Order: sequence, then structure tokens, then C-alpha cells
Amino acid sequence: MNAAVLQPAEQAVNQKIRVKGLDFYYGAFHALKDINLEIPERKVTAFIGPSGCGKSTLLRTFNRMYALYPNQEARGEILLDGENILAPSQDLNRLRAKVGMVFQKPTPFPMSIYDNIAFGVRLYETLPGREMDERVEWALRKAALWDEVKGKIKQSGTSLSGGQQQRLCIARAIAVRPEVLLLDEPASALDPISTGRIEELVHELKADYTIVIVTHNMQQAARVSDYTAYMYLGNLVEFGVTDEIFIKPKMKETEDYITGRFG
Amino acid sequence: MNLYTKRLFVNRFNLFVSLLAMLFGLFWLAWILYTLVIAGFTALGPSLFLQMTPPPGSSGGLLNPIAGSLLMAAVGTLIGTPVGIMAGIYLAEFGSRGWLAPVTRFINDVLLSAPSIVIGLFIYEVYVVHTRHFSAWAGTMALALIVVPVVIRTTENMLRLVPDSLREAAAALGASQWKVITLVTVRAAKAGIVTGVLLAVARISGETAPLLFTALNNQFWSVDMNAPMANLPVVIFQFAMSPYDSWQHLAWAGALIITLGVLVLNILARVFFRNRTPTY
Amino acid sequence: MSAVAQTVEGLTPSPSDRSTVSRSIPDASLRRQHRLDQLFRHTTRFFAFLVLALLVGILASLLIGSIPAFRAFGFSFLTTSHWNPVTEEFGALVPIVGTLVTSAIALLIGIPVSFGIALFLTELSPPWLRRPLGTAIELLAAIPSIIYGMWGLFVLAPVFGDHVLPLLIGTLGALPVLGQLFRGAPTGIGILTAGIILAIMIIPFISAVMRDVFEIVPAVLKESAYALGSTTWEVVWNVVLPYTKVGVVGGVMLGLGRALGETMAVTFVIGNAHKLSPSLLAPGSSIASTLANEFTEAVGDLYSSALIELGLILFFITFVVLSLSKLLLLRLARSEGQRT
Repeated sequence: MNAAVLQPAEQAVNQKIRVKGLDFYYGAFHALKDINLEIPERKVTAFIGPSGCGKSTLLRTFNRMYALYPNQEARGEILLDGENILAPSQDLNRLRAKVGMVFQKPTPFPMSIYDNIAFGVRLYETLPGREMDERVEWALRKAALWDEVKGKIKQSGTSLSGGQQQRLCIARAIAVRPEVLLLDEPASALDPISTGRIEELVHELKADYTIVIVTHNMQQAARVSDYTAYMYLGNLVEFGVTDEIFIKPKMKETEDYITGRFG
Repeated sequence: MNLYTKRLFVNRFNLFVSLLAMLFGLFWLAWILYTLVIAGFTALGPSLFLQMTPPPGSSGGLLNPIAGSLLMAAVGTLIGTPVGIMAGIYLAEFGSRGWLAPVTRFINDVLLSAPSIVIGLFIYEVYVVHTRHFSAWAGTMALALIVVPVVIRTTENMLRLVPDSLREAAAALGASQWKVITLVTVRAAKAGIVTGVLLAVARISGETAPLLFTALNNQFWSVDMNAPMANLPVVIFQFAMSPYDSWQHLAWAGALIITLGVLVLNILARVFFRNRTPTY
Repeated sequence: MSAVAQTVEGLTPSPSDRSTVSRSIPDASLRRQHRLDQLFRHTTRFFAFLVLALLVGILASLLIGSIPAFRAFGFSFLTTSHWNPVTEEFGALVPIVGTLVTSAIALLIGIPVSFGIALFLTELSPPWLRRPLGTAIELLAAIPSIIYGMWGLFVLAPVFGDHVLPLLIGTLGALPVLGQLFRGAPTGIGILTAGIILAIMIIPFISAVMRDVFEIVPAVLKESAYALGSTTWEVVWNVVLPYTKVGVVGGVMLGLGRALGETMAVTFVIGNAHKLSPSLLAPGSSIASTLANEFTEAVGDLYSSALIELGLILFFITFVVLSLSKLLLLRLARSEGQRT
């Protein structure tokens, strides 16, 4: 199946991530089939599609999270700023310092809010006390959480509400100043108000980060993203500017999904 | 009687029998605790904790066995806990590949259900025979060997309860594997691991058999780890089986002390675990 | 510009140092992390190996220690009941039989009672009573075995000998074949008493496991049975028990393992005699009680070696029981399609 890929109109936009001929296997199961895709820099790209289409799988190849598990294998090329991150010589820790991820379920570490944020920073930077305090405050402000936690920053991260915990995870991810942010259904476990806050956040963050967001909520994709990729059963069906995908999709399969004919 | 009535009768009868079973269990508990309190309470008093074990016929206290038991339990736990935690970490975090993990798990189950007297026998053969005398070190090692399987089992179980998403979140920040495990995973399971250690301590506090031919016993005050050391269980054994009233009295007091200590440890472990475990 | 925006402005890294961290991580520090990873993995693996080495060590030392006795008696050690330290003739039959019989009695009494307790806790008991009752039963497990021994010797045995045993001798002892089990002097010390105390000791273990597995039976499963008009008992017997087969067997094996190895409780009340008798009321000995009583007093290499061989046999018995239970659990799990 040939994917209908629209080149972004402004040629000045850099392609941060280029996926070339990517295949992914869970054991013998062929989960991603010959994916070719380009993620533009400092824009929000959404992956949409029905359950099991491979959107999370594709997202998790960008920081090679699958490498934690045996029997999961990726073949092909993924170029991040021109370097193939699937190469065996790629240092995984370095990659993950560059490409951050926020997960579907909020995952605060069992430590204080401050230490949660500082955890990632301490891995690769030695900041004196005051600078660390500033970095923590900066990250929490960026994640729109500072005002709510500034009085209790030494309390455990697990004492926050669900929506707050997720914003904590976002703050934690940006505190290390990555270049790319991968969001795997970040709001699906949250109530509508928290979801709205997260979406606002994504809008603000894209000024500084390349964002890829997986969502099963089409309306969220339409609200939040600049570009959208529609996937089905491991194939990339269509990729293009969000407005065009949602208003006038090129492929019938895309149109069927978007109009709710299935999935 | 038609079928329906019969079924109802069977139901009522069996449920009644289950009530009896419950009462049966509670009955023994009550009787044992009652006996302990009645027999041991009268011997409780400051002299119990201030005087040494007496020669037959005279009165005294249990100072040296109490001290000895505390000392050996502490050292045994100190030795056994790190071994258990490290092995438990291996089983939970590195155990998905290879042959070592399943084999170790099986062996751990064997050791967990091994009779503690056999452990004592083993230490006797490899340590006491070679050093030619009984010693507190031998007793400590026997206790450590009982601590290790308990801690391995609880550590592995608690680590497995930590959701993968937590590990992934740490890895996603670029943390190397050993940092993910020590700074995040183990920390998340901390409460459960500590509970496991407390339960192991409770278990060794009451153990007699492994000390019978390792630490033996000591009439006098001694904190020399290379010499036989007095300990509560063996003293209780010796005194209870003797014909002397004063000794039997002390045996009951000692029994009460051990039981209270073990019960307190168990309750502590339970409460600690419930209060400190974060819910995911 | 609002105060907030100003603060954010002030805190945001300036364009020049927006060159992100990842570019500036030196290769050397990454390599160091990988070396530490390896070190950590090897260290934990070492401790796992230690466990393996421990088992090998225990087996080896027991085997080596038993060699003199094995050379002297061979396999007849298992079938001889004669035990004479003076003439240095040793036979393990009495302790082995004692171990097996007391454990069998413990299971015979313990399994039904544990089942009843688990049933009560999961189906009958009001919810507010569940935790305290459950804790109470678990306290039975926490009581050290030496306490059971003392209580058994000074409290249970006399009561048993004075009131219960004469009854048993009078009724069951009069029966033709079974009666042989209940003959003899009602001292209260003997195989039966030891078995009963063991039963009380293993009840908390078996019932705790049973209760745990009963509780995780999905409510929908039970509800579908109730919806068909089943009584509570029928639901438990026909739905819950088959569903939890695997766990129940595991719990029973756990209890059996404890009963086989129990030392102090048995030592106090079993009587420590090296004579084989058909009556349960007679004194006997178990492997563990023999070791506890005689090991420190054993003079002569052959005596010690015979005792060590006893220890080896006990270890072997518990090992076999554990392996069988694991095999059984594996087979059950496989036949049910890996259902827990």
C-alpha cells in the first residue's frame, strides 16, 4: 500500500526525524510494515489510528524503548538529525537524553517533587544548588505546575492528583532539555479539565521542542497537532498537514476512520 | 426430603462446620496465649532483665540469653539481608534470560522449606568442626542462612510489583540500567523489602534448632563471638526440660518474651507495609 | 509583560546555551555508565550463584558426613529400627516412620480445618471481622515452635492424657483393626499428640494460602453459579475449589514441608523412644527430634555420622515433597492453559 505523503508547504521546515523503510517485530509478529515518514522540527505531529495499528509501537522506536525487552526488534533506518539511531553503535542513554518521553499512565518516582525533576538533570549535569533550584522551578513553570506545588515541593510526587502527576512527568521530561518530546496518549488517563491543560501545554511547548503525540482521540489530534499520520494495521496510510487530513483526506481509508465509519 | 431441602441442609451444615473450624483455630490460639501469659507473667520483673541465668535451684534472670539472642539476630540479619536483596534484584531485574534465574528460584524454594535443623547441621559440619568449638559466629551464620531465602523471596516479589512504566520512565530520561534499578525500582519497592526483612527477623527470633549445635549455650555473660553464646531459645529448651522449678519458671518467662517480641515484629511489619506502600 | 512571563523569561536558558545537554555528554561518561551496568549485573548474579553454591554445599557436607554411616550400614539403615549408641548399631526406621506418620496426622487434621477456616473467612464472616480474624489465625503461625513444644508438654499432654485419651482408647481402641492404633498407656506423650500439635502449627499456613486463592476467584464466576440457584456451599465446592486447585495444592505442600521439618514442638511431646509400635499413643521419635536430642551428646564418629545421615534423609524427603508439588503445579497449570 503506498502511503500518500504530503510534503510540508514551507520548505524552510527542517525534518527532525526521518524514518526510512522501518519494520518492527514483536517476536514473529510483524507490527510495523515498511514505514516511511518525516517528522518536522518544532511542530506537533500526531499519530492516530484504531487500537493495535502500531502508533505507540512507532513512537517507541524513536527512543528505542523497545530495547528493554527481548524479542522486540526494529529493522530499517531512523535518522535523528541525520544520524541513524537504529545503528548498534548508537548509545541508548545519550539518545534518551535527547528524546524525552511521557507515558500514558502518570509515573511519578517515589521521591519528592523536587527530586523527581532533578533526577534526570542529575544524570548528566552537575549543577550547584541554586542553579538546580532554578532549573526545577523553570521546568515546573513550563509545565504549568509551579503555582500549585511551590509550597510543597519537598512532598512526595505520589501525593499529587492524576492531572498534576502527569504534568509533573512532563516537567521532568523537559527539565533535561531534550530536543524531541514523545507523548504516548498523555491525557487518556485524565479527566477532561486536566486534558485541556495538557493540550494547552503541548501548544506552548512546541515553540521549543519537536513533539510527537500518539492519541486515540481524533478531536484531540485535530486540536493540537500541525501534522497528522493515520496508521492502520501496521501501515502508514496517510500523512499530511492536519487541517488537510481532517477536511479533505486523500485516502478513502483515512476518510472512513475520520468520519467514524469504523474504529 | 426432596432435593431442594437436602441441598439447603447440606449448605447450612457445611457452613456451620466451617464456623466450628474457625472457632477450633481460635480456641488453640487463645489457650496457648493464655497459658503463656499466666505462666510467664509471674516471672516477669526487673530481675529478669538484670540478672544472669542461675545455676539449678536458685533464682536469677535472663540477661545473657536475651543479649545473646539480640546480638546474633542482629548480626545474622546484617549478613543475610544484603545477600538476599542482591539475589532478589538479580531474579527480578535480570532474570528473564538464561538458566540461572529459574534454577535459583527453585533452589531458593528448597532452602525456604528446608528444616532449620538441617541448616544447623550444615554449619556444624563446615564451621564448628573446623574451628573445633561452638561459637556465636556459627549461630549467626546459621541464622543468616535462614534470613537469605526469606529476603530473596520477598524482595523479588516486591520488585515484580513495581510497574514497568516506572522503569521505562526512568530509562526514557537516559538513566543507565543500574541507576534505574537502584534509584527508582528498588526505591519504589522499599516498603515491601523492609517488611520482608522484618518478617525474616521475626522468623529467626524464634528459631531454636539451628542454634542447638552451633552457638550452643553459655551460662555466663559473654559477647565474644568466637565462644558459645547464650540465647533465649536454647535456654528455654534446657530449662523447660529440667526438673527444677525456678528454671521452669524462667523458661516460661523467656517463652513469653520471645512470643511478645515476635508478635510485635509481625504487627509492626504489617502496619509499616500498609502505611508506606505507594499505590500505583 | 506579566510577572509570570518575566520570570519564565529570566529562567529560560538563553539561545546560546540552548544547545541541548545531549550534545555535550562526553563519551567517556557514557562508557563509564555502561561499565557500571556490567559491574552491577555481575554483582547481583554473583549473589544468585551464592544461593546455588549454598545448596551444593549443604548437600555435599551432608553426604560427606554420612559416608562412615553409609559404609557401616548401607541401605539397611533405612529399614532397621534398632538404635543402640553403645553397640554402635543404628537404624533409621523409627525416626523416618515417626516423621512421616506425624506429618500425615497433621495433614489429616489440618487440611479440613484449614479449608473450613478459609471458607468461613471468605464466605461467612461479616466483612469487618475478616481482617482481625485473619490476623488472629496468622498469629498462630508467628508463635515460635518452642512455645508450642512447651505448651504441648506442660499443658496439652496432661489434659490429653487424663481426659481425651481414655475416651479414645475406650471407643476407637475397641474396634477390630483400627483399634490397634489406639492402645496403650494414656501418658499424653506420643505420636498422636505430636501430630495434633503439628496440625495446629500448619493450619495457619494452609488456611492463609487457601484464603488468598479463594479471594482472587473472579466475582463473575461465582455470580454465574449463584444466578443458577446454587447454594453457597455448592458454589465453593463446585466452582471455587476447582478454580483454585493449583493454589490449594501449593498451600498443602507448604504445610507438609513445615510439618516434616518441625523440630522443637515435636521434640517436647513425642517421647523420644527408638521403638516401633503400631499404636499412635506410644512414644516414638522423628528425625528432627532425634537430631535435637542426641546430636550434641553423640560420642564417636559413627554415632555422629548416623545422625548426619538422618539429616540427609530428612533433607531429601523435604526436597522430594517440594519438587513433586512444583511438578504437580506445573502440570495442573499446563492442563488448564496456564491459568493461575
